Amino acid sequence: MREMLRLFVVVTLFGAVSGGLLAGVRAGTQERIEYQQIKFVKGPAILQIMKGCTNDPLTTRFKLKDGKEERSFFVGVFDGKPNIVAFEATGKGYGGNLDIMVAVNVDKDEIVGVGVTTHRETPGQGSRVQSDPKFTSQFKGQSIKEPFKVKTEGGKIDAVSGATVSSRGVTGAVVSSGEIYGRLKSEILEKMKSIKS
Amino acid sequence: MAKSVLQEFTKGLWTEVPPYRLVLGLCPTLAMTKQVDMGFGMGIAVTFVLVCSNVLISLLRKVIPRNVRIACFIVVVATFVIVVELLMQAYTYELFLKMGIFIPLIVVNCIPLGRAEAFCYKNGVLRSFADGMGMGLGYTISLTVLAILREVFGNGTFFNQPISFLGPNFQPYAFMITAPGAFVFLGLMLCIMNMLGKK
Repeated sequence: MREMLRLFVVVTLFGAVSGGLLAGVRAGTQERIEYQQIKFVKGPAILQIMKGCTNDPLTTRFKLKDGKEERSFFVGVFDGKPNIVAFEATGKGYGGNLDIMVAVNVDKDEIVGVGVTTHRETPGQGSRVQSDPKFTSQFKGQSIKEPFKVKTEGGKIDAVSGATVSSRGVTGAVVSSGEIYGRLKSEILEKMKSIKS
Repeated sequence: MAKSVLQEFTKGLWTEVPPYRLVLGLCPTLAMTKQVDMGFGMGIAVTFVLVCSNVLISLLRKVIPRNVRIACFIVVVATFVIVVELLMQAYTYELFLKMGIFIPLIVVNCIPLGRAEAFCYKNGVLRSFADGMGMGLGYTISLTVLAILREVFGNGTFFNQPISFLGPNFQPYAFMITAPGAFVFLGLMLCIMNMLGKK
């Protein structure tokens, strides 16, 4: 019985110490890891849709609570005014979740650009929603509040041929980004006022 | 016959070098030697895990009961592997993306667990440290050499930089980049090591 107890105590202690150590390392590296992920995963899309900004949108960022979720917002400065905000939204693609980055002009509530960040679509087929700029540029200049749909569903967005489901996924993600924007607009404006450049 | 601490260190570099002599840790040896940075990164990651777990396990060898030693070894090794994974994410994110699943798989790599069971559970801290350093360095060198051969001849690059000494007519020998090519090269390396070892 004593021996059993000893085994139990030793293994428990090992687990506890290991858990504590890992929590410590994680806390210490979390911020850097987050920045690396932003830089390598979301960075290319952000810089592409914010072409021409005079600041570094990857570091000019803030977070807001949206219900239970926390969302990151990236601010772009154009002509000396920080009036473009980019954030992520999710849609359902063919192979799973499809994440997009949407940049919005907060003065006009207009979409400045849409870029796909992560997706699991079929390479060469659905993946073209990410690589074909013609498709995402259709959203440019449109109002963020519009309920976008692809043409086969009676909307006005031209789907990438052979990638209807993926195109619908991106379109749905843009619509959900409009909902996020509607919910958080006042808070976004509040935060952006404090960013002066 | 007791070996000196120095001998414990050098055995990992030649007579018991992990992938060729112990034939352990072959999965990453085959998969992570397409490019030099991957092979080298893998070697360093394994060395770190090996040295840390060796030292800790030999320190705690009197405390760990025999019946549950494997469970304790796994916990120690897994902890250090996750530490490496987090550090790589924080500082070498591109390499982390390239190596992907093979970093967490160090846990089930036979080298750290094998050394813990075969060596550290019976030897002191200094010897275990020397053993871990030797084995880790031996592993790093083996992987790097294999990766250099495969990347230079299979892809015509070195550390992802194009190289020119092979001349303008050089055609990359793509077979070396494939998995069967890795097997063939591993076999050739073993062959060379055995030939040299006989003398």
